[in-house]
Formats: sequence, structure tokens, C-alpha cells
Amino acid sequence: MNLEFTPEEQAFRDEVRAFIAENHPKELGDFGMREDMTREEMVAWHKILGAKGWSVPAWPVEYGGTGWTPTQRYIWSEENARANTFMPLPFGVSMVGPVIYTFGNEEQKAKHLPGIRSGEVWWCQGYSEPGAGSDLASLKTTAVRDGDHYVINGQKTWTTLAQHADWGFFLCRTDPTAKAQEGISFILVDMKTPGVEVKPIKLLDGGYEVNETWLTDVRVPVENLVGVENKGWTYAKFLLAHERSGIAGVARSKRGVEKLREIAANETLDGQPLIKDFDFAKKVSQLEIDLAALEITELRTLAGEQAGKGPGPESSILKIKGTEIQQRLTELTLEAVGTYSAPYYGSIANDTGSNEYAVGPAHAQHAAATYFNMRKTSIYGGSNEIQRNIITKMILGL
Amino acid sequence: MDFNFTEEQDMVRDGLSRLVREQYDWETRRKAIASAEGWRPEVWAQLAELGILGMPFSEADGGFGGGAIDAMVIMEEFGKGLVVEPFVPTVVCAGGFLKHGGTAAQKEEHIGGIVAGSSVFAFAYAEPKGRFDYADLETTAKKDGAGYVLNGHKAVVIGAPWASHLIVTARTGGERRDRSGVSVFVVAKDSAGITTRDYVTVDGRRAAEVYFENVAVGADALIGAEGEGLALIELVTDEAIAATCAEACGAMKVAHAMTVEYSRQRKQFGVPIGSFQVLQHRMVDMYTAYETAVSLTYLATLRLGSDERERKRAVSAAKVGVGQSARLIGQEAVQIHGGNGVTDEYAIGHYFKRLTIFDSEFGNVDHHMKRHVALG
Repeated sequence: MNLEFTPEEQAFRDEVRAFIAENHPKELGDFGMREDMTREEMVAWHKILGAKGWSVPAWPVEYGGTGWTPTQRYIWSEENARANTFMPLPFGVSMVGPVIYTFGNEEQKAKHLPGIRSGEVWWCQGYSEPGAGSDLASLKTTAVRDGDHYVINGQKTWTTLAQHADWGFFLCRTDPTAKAQEGISFILVDMKTPGVEVKPIKLLDGGYEVNETWLTDVRVPVENLVGVENKGWTYAKFLLAHERSGIAGVARSKRGVEKLREIAANETLDGQPLIKDFDFAKKVSQLEIDLAALEITELRTLAGEQAGKGPGPESSILKIKGTEIQQRLTELTLEAVGTYSAPYYGSIANDTGSNEYAVGPAHAQHAAATYFNMRKTSIYGGSNEIQRNIITKMILGL
Repeated sequence: MDFNFTEEQDMVRDGLSRLVREQYDWETRRKAIASAEGWRPEVWAQLAELGILGMPFSEADGGFGGGAIDAMVIMEEFGKGLVVEPFVPTVVCAGGFLKHGGTAAQKEEHIGGIVAGSSVFAFAYAEPKGRFDYADLETTAKKDGAGYVLNGHKAVVIGAPWASHLIVTARTGGERRDRSGVSVFVVAKDSAGITTRDYVTVDGRRAAEVYFENVAVGADALIGAEGEGLALIELVTDEAIAATCAEACGAMKVAHAMTVEYSRQRKQFGVPIGSFQVLQHRMVDMYTAYETAVSLTYLATLRLGSDERERKRAVSAAKVGVGQSARLIGQEAVQIHGGNGVTDEYAIGHYFKRLTIFDSEFGNVDHHMKRHVALG
């Protein structure tokens, strides 16, 4: 047992650091902090990594994975967080990709995996419905067989960034008579198919990142069914476990704590830097301690995965703790900026293209919006209460 | 980076786990801690025989070449069985002072006895008014010819009733609470002028108030440089914290497992109480707290050899995080056991008591939060 990098791992870190320094698009500025990013900006780094062969490190090597050890993957996320890169979005890379290479047929692999790797094809996730949130298996969207096609009808919601999507993966009910979990199928849908309609939902922070997706008599070829009809729930759960690993966001949160310390060093309280105030400093220490624990827990989980275990129920712990920490980080940042948390910057700038409301220090301008935005993290990906149900069943055996 | 245990470490864990299971069942432990002696020297002898007491010493010092990770493995198993025998005072604390600060002669004189099980140590550092500050000392050691004369009162010296030797901290110079002027001594407990008031602790161990009245010791009793003992004390107590955190992890693991099992057996409203979501989620939070504690214990243990700032930050992080987990798991375990949790008969209450006292050893959550903040 040790925490040190071997000389080979140090060399790998240097290689990665140099590659990011040379190739990450500098003209895009402080990536990830802007709410008005274009599709091209969001996939810029993905495409560069795709060309390099580094866009899907966790995939099996035969499908384009890098074969990195858990430590190398750790170094990879550390270095990306350090450079504040905008990483490939998860919908293709960590959600539908693993489902396709695990359960899909050869045609599906050949058709879809290259576009996911390269960043050319944008995917979105059609899981939640207005009436099916935590109780996902109660979903009502139907896919009815009609010759060589399924005809899909229903409504999905919280479809993240579907406004840019080329393809979507949808859970649809194919057997209305079966028990809830047993009549569901996993179907790939070209978002340009007639009958697919995407409508934006405006969020608390003023941003548009999720949508309602309406499906009206959408005709999809049967070859777009992944795996076996009515077995979609198995693939859906597999996907959710994959989604949860990496959801902890440790490297990003470490970068966030550094940033919080910088902000707290520049804000004042009683004539001295805020970070010198014991009450505030104590909250930062508690956050760092919890984050240190999460980091080691994630590394232990990765080491277990390398020993042959796939992402298991332990990933639920990472999801709970990781999102709690991400939220506390934004909460402390909000507290740190004090009165300048109040001015509204978000969508007024978006709507008018104007920056006239940008008052106060630059570090304060995203504090409230980010805090509001990050409330989603304990809700999405299976709410943290659902994660507790999973641990109850899978780990406690109750 | 590597999170695997070596084959030897796995063997140590298996061997100890068997010993605790076979020699330390609940009724045997109950009788032993209620006996006049309060511990079992024959278990100590077995630990020596198994090589456990010599594990963290280098081969050159007469040990088996292990280190802090071995101590962690050992203490976790002790924690599972609420073992009372004084491994931390003897092997981790006294052993640590000898390893890091002892002269060749001192190592020669004492390490052999520790490894063989014939010497048992207690670490007399706390004082009635010193709380968790190792430099806040009223005990003095005055130079007298070549040696020193010790006077003072040491508080809650764990394992002192069983000890043959004591490690004692005392002020040889400077003002009370100064960082300099602190020295460390090794003395035989039967030295003239030492008296003890022995007692039982709430978590089933034995301790003593130890009084020094003009206790004369030779120059060879001093460990490390005179007046410069504080850094050494901080290093050794950081090692002791890592080991004690591992013990708490073992106790938490069992407390959690017992609680889950109890919730499966205990029926109310016609169903097992473990079927209630309100209890399920609390037991999940206990489980998460346990995993958090294990991770922080790994971190502290693996950082013991790092530079001073990094070591102290990791150890304080662990003492805070493990302390918080221990408090949560102890209290929740009792709550979910209901009335049975507050009886002497059920084992869970004894795990609760050990996990409670753990917080006060080598600095509590607040103390280590302050140290973490101060390190920035």
C-alpha cells in the first residue's frame, strides 16, 4: 500500500500535462464557467481527444479504450481538472457507449461507437418522464411494433442538452401487460426522425440545459433495439451504475476548494481575510477532510474494479458523497462572496447579449447561479435517496 | 499508488482474526475485564508468540520488519473484538519513541522485551490541566548530577496498572506550554517515588493516575535530546492516532453489522424493523460513515512518513473524520437497538462506549479541527 507515483506514472503525468498544455484550445478561455457555450465549444476538447485516442479511456481496449490503470485514470482526471478543461459529455462516452459495446450487436457497434469516440455524434438520454422520476420503471412511453418499425409515443423530460443531440437512447414500454420492470426496451432514436420535438425548460439559474422531449408516432427501425426486447431494464441499470462511477467529481472539487480558498483570501471580514476567520476556515477544513475521504474511497473502488469487479453498488456511496461535497462547495462559495451573491447575471445577459449587470468582483458573478444549478446533482442520476435504497438492498442485504 | 495489502499482511489479519474469534468471545472478554487483573497476560504471550508485538519493528531492532500499515491491520482486528491488551501504549507509543528517538543502548534494552512480551509499557503524557496540549506540562524533570529528578501528576495513563515501564513527558526547561523545554523519559514503574491510583475505565480497560515524587532517573532515561521532545511526541502520537483510528474502524464495522443484523431479527408492527425505510437510510449513512473512516485511516497511515505538514494534516483529518463517524455510528447503533442498546447485557453498548472514549484520546474532533485549520 502506498500513495506514491512510480517513475512510469510520473512520466505519464508529465506526458498528459504537456499534451493538455499544447492542445487544449486556449481561445475558449475559462471553459466550463460560461453559460453561453456553443455546441462547437463543448465538443472541441472531445474531438481533440478523439483524434489522440484518449476520449474513452475507461472503455475496453478493443473498442478504443486506453487500457490505463486506475492510477493513470486518476492522473488523467487530476490533470484535466488542473487545466479546467471541458471534458467529453457523459451521454455518449459513459452512458450509451458502454451499453452498446456490452449488449449491442456488431452492426450497432460499427455504426455508433466511432461517432461517440470522435465527438462527432451528440447523444441524449431519454429516461425520466413527467410521471416517472425516482420510480423510473413506471414509465409510460410506448413502442409498438409495426412491421420493421417501432412506433414510439410518449413524453420524456430532463433531457439534458437535447437541443444539440443527433441521437437519443430511450426507455420505452414494449410489453404493456408485463410487470413494471419486465416490459421495457432500450431503443436508439435518430433525433431528426419526424415526430421528435424538443422544448427547453428554463432552470433556477436562468440557464437552458434540460428539455422536454415529445415523441409523437415516431417510426424507428427495429434494428435500433439494443439487446433483447423487454430486457431494457437490465441495460438501464447497468448504465446507471456506469453513470455513477466518475460522478464523484473529486478532481474538479479539489480544484473548486483551491478556488474557494482564493476567494476567501480576497474577501474580508472584520478587516482581515475571510479565510482567517475560524468559523469560515473550519467549514473549509471540514470540506477538505470530507473530500480527502472521498478521494481515497474512489481510489479504493477503482483498485477493486481493476481486480475484476465492475462498478458495483459502492458507486452509490461515491454519488452521495461526491454530490454532497459539490453542493457544499458551491454553498461555501456563495457564503464567501457575501452581499455580491445577490445581483442576477444569468439569462439577462443571455437574453440581451449585454453585460450591463456585471457588478461586483468577477469571482462573485457565478456564485449564486452555480449554487442554484448544483442542487440538481443530488436529484439526477438516481436521487441520493434512491442511492440509499440501492445500498440498503445490495450492500446491507435488507 | 497501490491499495492492496501484501500477502504477509493478509496472513497477519487472518491469524489475528482467528485469535480474536477463538480467545476473545464475548463471555470470556466480560469475565476478563471484570477480573482483578482486568486483562489476560496469556493473550499477550500469545500475541508475542504470533509475532504481533514485534511486527512494526525493523529486523535490525529485533522485530519483523513491518510498519504502520501492519499496525493498522492489527489494530483493526483488535477493534473488532474490543481487545483491551495494551498494544498502542506498548508497541506503538513506547516502540515509536524507541524507534525514532532511542539510543542504540535504549533500543537494545527495551525492544527485545516488547517483542517477547515481557515488557509492558504505558504512556504518561496527559495531565489534569493539560487537556490535549502535549507541551502544557506541570510535571518537571530537574537536572541532578548526571540524571534527573521527576515530580508531577499524570492523568488517565491507559494500561498503567499492567505496565512494567512508563514513558513520561516532563518539562526540563522553558515556561508551561512553551514548545521547547519538553523532554521524554523511560522509567521502570517500580522506581522509588512512583505511586499509582489504579482504576477501571468506562470502556473496560484499566488506567491510573500516576504520581512522581522526587523520582531519580539516570541520564540514560532521557529519550531524544533534552528540551526538544515535542516534535518527537507529535510524531509518535500521530502514529498512535493512525493506529487508534484503525481500532475505531474495526469497532465501527462490528457495531454496524450488529445493528443491521438486529434490524433483521427484531420485529415490531408484525415486520422486521429493518424493513422501515427510515431505519434503512440511517444504517446506510452509518455504512457510508464507516467507509469514510476507513479511507481517512488509510490516508493518515500512508502519510505518516510524509513531511511534517502533510503528515499532521492527514492525521488531523483522520482524527476529525473518524471521530465524527464513531460518534454517529455509536449513537445510531444504540438508537436502532432500542431499549436493548442501553443495557449492559447487549454487546452493542460496549462498542458504543469504546467508540465514545476513542474521541478523547490524543485530541478530540475539535482539537484536531483546530490543528487542521492552523495548518491551512
